[in-house]
Amino acid sequence: MASTEQQSPATPPASTGGTKTSRWRSRAFRGLAYQVILVVVVLLVGGYLAGNTLENMRVRGIQSGFGFFLQPAGFGIGESMIEYDSSEPYWKAFVVGLSNTLRVAVVGIVLTTLFGTLLGIGRLSRNFLLRTLCTAYVELFRNVPVLLQLLMWYFVLTDWLPDMSAALNPVTGFFLSKNGLSFPIPVWSAGHFATLLGLGGGIAAAWWHARRARHAFEISGAQWPVLWPAIGMLVAGTLIGWLVGGMPGAIDMPERGELNISGGGAVTPEFIAVTMGLTIYTAAFVAEIVRSGIQAVPRGQSEAANSLGLSRAQNLRLVLLPQAMRVIIPPVTNQYLNLTKNSSLAVAIGYPDLVSISNTTLNQTGRAVECILVMMTVYLVLSLLTAALTNWYNTRMAIKER
Amino acid sequence: MSDVIISFAKVNKWFGQFHVLRDIDLDVARGERIVICGPSGSGKSTLIRCINRLEEHQEGHLSVDGVELTDDVKAIEKVRREVGMVFQQFNLFPHLTVLENLTLAPTWVGKMPKKEAEERAMAQLERVRIAEQARKYPLQLSGGQQQRVAIARSLCLTPKIMLFDEPTSALDPEMIKEVLDVMIDLAGQGITMLCVTHEMGFARSVADRVIFMDQGQIIEQNSPTEFFANPRSDRTRDFLSKILSH
Repeated sequence: MASTEQQSPATPPASTGGTKTSRWRSRAFRGLAYQVILVVVVLLVGGYLAGNTLENMRVRGIQSGFGFFLQPAGFGIGESMIEYDSSEPYWKAFVVGLSNTLRVAVVGIVLTTLFGTLLGIGRLSRNFLLRTLCTAYVELFRNVPVLLQLLMWYFVLTDWLPDMSAALNPVTGFFLSKNGLSFPIPVWSAGHFATLLGLGGGIAAAWWHARRARHAFEISGAQWPVLWPAIGMLVAGTLIGWLVGGMPGAIDMPERGELNISGGGAVTPEFIAVTMGLTIYTAAFVAEIVRSGIQAVPRGQSEAANSLGLSRAQNLRLVLLPQAMRVIIPPVTNQYLNLTKNSSLAVAIGYPDLVSISNTTLNQTGRAVECILVMMTVYLVLSLLTAALTNWYNTRMAIKER
Repeated sequence: MSDVIISFAKVNKWFGQFHVLRDIDLDVARGERIVICGPSGSGKSTLIRCINRLEEHQEGHLSVDGVELTDDVKAIEKVRREVGMVFQQFNLFPHLTVLENLTLAPTWVGKMPKKEAEERAMAQLERVRIAEQARKYPLQLSGGQQQRVAIARSLCLTPKIMLFDEPTSALDPEMIKEVLDVMIDLAGQGITMLCVTHEMGFARSVADRVIFMDQGQIIEQNSPTEFFANPRSDRTRDFLSKILSH
């Protein structure tokens, strides 16, 4: 042992080789070499896969290319926010699918945020009943697979609710049945421009009031009520506009016919089931994130706030939540992305979202590669946009430490 | 002195099975400066935390400036506005600037105009000699600076009573002096002070009375000269020999 140890330092490192050895010992050179090798491997594998696919498609006589997007789709879509009929091209059908996906995602994200935050705060409540209920909710809904929940809500809505002919009519103008929810909508007329103007005026007045209230708070410390006056201004503005516009009173009321309900606005049971199911499921996760975020704020913060005389609500709003935010935002971003991507499960209950439209297109045209590519790209772009937005917000909320 | 501002009468408190405060009887006169010492776990922090109801006592009576502390929320609010507290870990709000830390309570609790609150906050920051850091965030400051900001923050509501819970224990040795200097300044201004600390030099020069606690009881209390020169109980002597030996 002793003899070998004595020998090794006697050999100088440079004497064994020339430039070759010393270059391989350079960290920078190795880093560069590994990167070049990686790029070559990725290109080779990718090229092989692409070539193989194209070759197989050629052998089996499968056409490729995105030209089919301009051909007429030939299928109808159950619900759409955009004018659409079956003679329009495939790309239009995809746009309808995307709009339906976005409708679920946007409504779902807004509802999830509100609902999840309330639940999370509720789990920390001193009220035993409220706390227990919130805990039970979270444990129930986050531990049942979301696909089952969507199916459950769909069956609840379509099996337990009466037929259209016997639709529930809880409030005048609202009908709830197997075929969804119908509600009154005003009929558009020129007079409504004034109503919209009035609403705009109301918003401006509310904004001005909020500014003045903040100013008053800074000047005199007076805390003006903001929420109710603002709501009042919105309502009053709209009402004045409506009166000025000559009180256009035409409202499209849903009517009960012999067999069905006609007129008014309507949302389908599919849309309700998807939105409700995803919201209820995701809110359970958001609740846990909000709760843990608040609990991650050190105890001393609450003690300092209490010793300064801040009330529990002020403590939550001014001290705890702003600090909890930086812990909450990244995982909540993940939940937003999950909700958006989970909306593709809508296909299971027949809601015409992007995946549903894409599947139909795939079946009709056989362009599997193209359809999957489009779907993946759309979800990727949506998710990256959501992530970029929340990252920007997160940077704004970050705490300065140096 | 007859003017009593804080009065403990047979106060008892338990944490689960653990009896933290045993039959505490203590009257603090207005303007009095008290240093509380004792081994760790003796209940000294719990004692002062009862005064602004960060801890609630389970038996006995405790009143602060004529207000009896019970479950009554209004009473607790009233007491907290008159009592300032400084913590071992500073507990500044890291998401707010130094100035915003100081104006938060005056604007939201004291309903003071923001401008006035800022002027008074700057005056307090001058007083603790740190006004030039007003726009920085707490975590950008050293421990000693943070603790001085915390003292300034608790003074912004002009409390009648100041509680210090081991204010120098988390500080590097060279920062202890800057915080003690601020506390000595404050002591000269007639505010009632209760300070849990092991800084015996501070106790000698500032305190009107030193209280020694052990196992949830007040063992001994006396003027600092008497307390250090002639400790009466064995436990006090034992404790003093440990902390003054080097």
